[in-house]
Amino acid sequence: MDALQKRGGRRKLKKSEVRLLLMALPFVLFIIVFYYAQLFGWLYAFMDYKAGKAVWEQTFVGLENFKKLFAHGSRFIAAFRNSMIFGVLGILTAPLPAVFAIFLSEIRNSKIKRTIQTMSSFPNFISWILVFSICFMFFSSQGQINQILVRAGILKESANLLSNADAAYIFQMLLGVWKSIGWSAIIYMSAIAGIDPELYDAADVDGANRFQKMLYITLQGILPTFFVLLVLNVSSIANAGFDQFYVFYNPMVSEQLEVLSTYAYRIGLGNGEISFATAIGMSQSIVSIVLLFTVNKLAKKLTGNSVI
Amino acid sequence: MKGNKSYKRYRIRPFDVCNVLILGAFALLCMYPFYYLIIYSLSNSTQAARQDIWLFPAGFTVENYKVLFRKADILLAAFVSASRAVSGTLITICCSSFFAYLLTKKELIGRKIFYRMLVITMYLNAGIIPYFIVMKAYGLKNNYLLYILPSAVVAFYVILIKTYIEGIPAELEEAARMDGAGYFTVFTKIIFPVCVPVLATVAVFSAVNQWNSWQDNFYLVRDRNLKTLQLLLLEYLQSMDSTLINDINTAAARANRTSALSMKACISVITMIPIMLVYPFFQKFFVKGILVGSVKG
Repeated sequence: MDALQKRGGRRKLKKSEVRLLLMALPFVLFIIVFYYAQLFGWLYAFMDYKAGKAVWEQTFVGLENFKKLFAHGSRFIAAFRNSMIFGVLGILTAPLPAVFAIFLSEIRNSKIKRTIQTMSSFPNFISWILVFSICFMFFSSQGQINQILVRAGILKESANLLSNADAAYIFQMLLGVWKSIGWSAIIYMSAIAGIDPELYDAADVDGANRFQKMLYITLQGILPTFFVLLVLNVSSIANAGFDQFYVFYNPMVSEQLEVLSTYAYRIGLGNGEISFATAIGMSQSIVSIVLLFTVNKLAKKLTGNSVI
Repeated sequence: MKGNKSYKRYRIRPFDVCNVLILGAFALLCMYPFYYLIIYSLSNSTQAARQDIWLFPAGFTVENYKVLFRKADILLAAFVSASRAVSGTLITICCSSFFAYLLTKKELIGRKIFYRMLVITMYLNAGIIPYFIVMKAYGLKNNYLLYILPSAVVAFYVILIKTYIEGIPAELEEAARMDGAGYFTVFTKIIFPVCVPVLATVAVFSAVNQWNSWQDNFYLVRDRNLKTLQLLLLEYLQSMDSTLINDINTAAARANRTSALSMKACISVITMIPIMLVYPFFQKFFVKGILVGSVKG
């Protein structure tokens, strides 16, 4: 077999193979041009970029920009910390969609089940700007909830949740859960649908009650899916999304909502410190890549399967 | 129902009632805010500021929308967003599906490497500055093409379509190949029509993504004529009430025909309506499980 393949490698290419390759190359080129070419932008992290000069005219400064990340007065540490906090909160809330799916699958009436699933998935498809708009309508000082509480005499004066620094982490976490739980549950729903019904029948025969079945059959059935998703989640722990934290950012919660991506934006496109901002973005990517490979290796050791 | 024995045997227990009630309450919590936006936007702004709104508009009126639509930028932004959703989706469908088809061909030289390269793009994130610099270097700054070109090949969509094509019986294609049809002909005449279900899924996803996109606009497009509805909404939300009112229509605002909050609700609703319209199509995919199957594979 090997010898055959080797000879195959040396033989002349068939016309159809050449044609096929020629058709695929534009797409491969596209991927390189639009995705991989961006990696060359990382070179800016090692320069002292001055606008108006060509790339080769810039001065190289080595790791200067990376040292600056940890320099006194840099907000990098805070942004990094916030990214990690939101990442960890994301991991901690990762079981919620699975739990949601388990309870949802316990509903026997398929119409009710589907309606609940459809309704709870909807927020996943709207932008964070619209989520912000909704929060503004409800939670800002002129928002509905404040008005009700003030009118009812529970609050003396309206409180703006959007600029409440103490609640910022939890509030953003809950918004994330609200937005994604229904949609994330779908993958678990199909995992549950794939569980062998005979397992439940056998459990009935053994006299298992409903909660025992949920725990020992349904939950066991979705654990593999859960771990795959968890690995992917862990690797993106530092990738707190730009849109959520940019739209909810305001001076009152700047200490909590400044994450790496928004910080890189403000430094780079706001202040024009291109090189420093590239270093910020690069450090975020490096953390992600290292995490992805570490977790993947760990998963391989534990389960024998790699995720990527 | 009658034939289903397990249904007959089943008795509703307190657990079921609690379960439906709690999950149902959460489902309502997911939809009610959107409903609230709609009824607020249809309320008389003065009344809305004074009383609680729960289920119905307070003093039903479309005055808020009338005032809002007097501003040309809303319609223009809605048009830009709709246009990018349509053209961007078309480009995505054509390019991603053809590339997916090529990747299913075992005789494609370098297939494994190309596929790896594609998958890696899902995890590749160089950061905002490299993105900015590269797109600017390609002349896409202040260019409509920035909205639709970079998403021509999207790894996730290609994987979805590729998995689907691999499930099509090979005989279907072999017969045509025997007749001497080339790859492109086979793709357009045979594969593409068969792939319609998965392409519909991708189309809905892509259209929703395009409609919701605003970061490209925000980073790289200053041209007011190319502003997307999402970014316009963000600007409305972030502007001070007084500026917004001045900006909108002083006469109407002074006559208390509208308020800043009502304006914000109106433009939010306009941004949300198209998603609501295509959303029922997602329902089908939940049942079919097209997505899930390929995510696993």
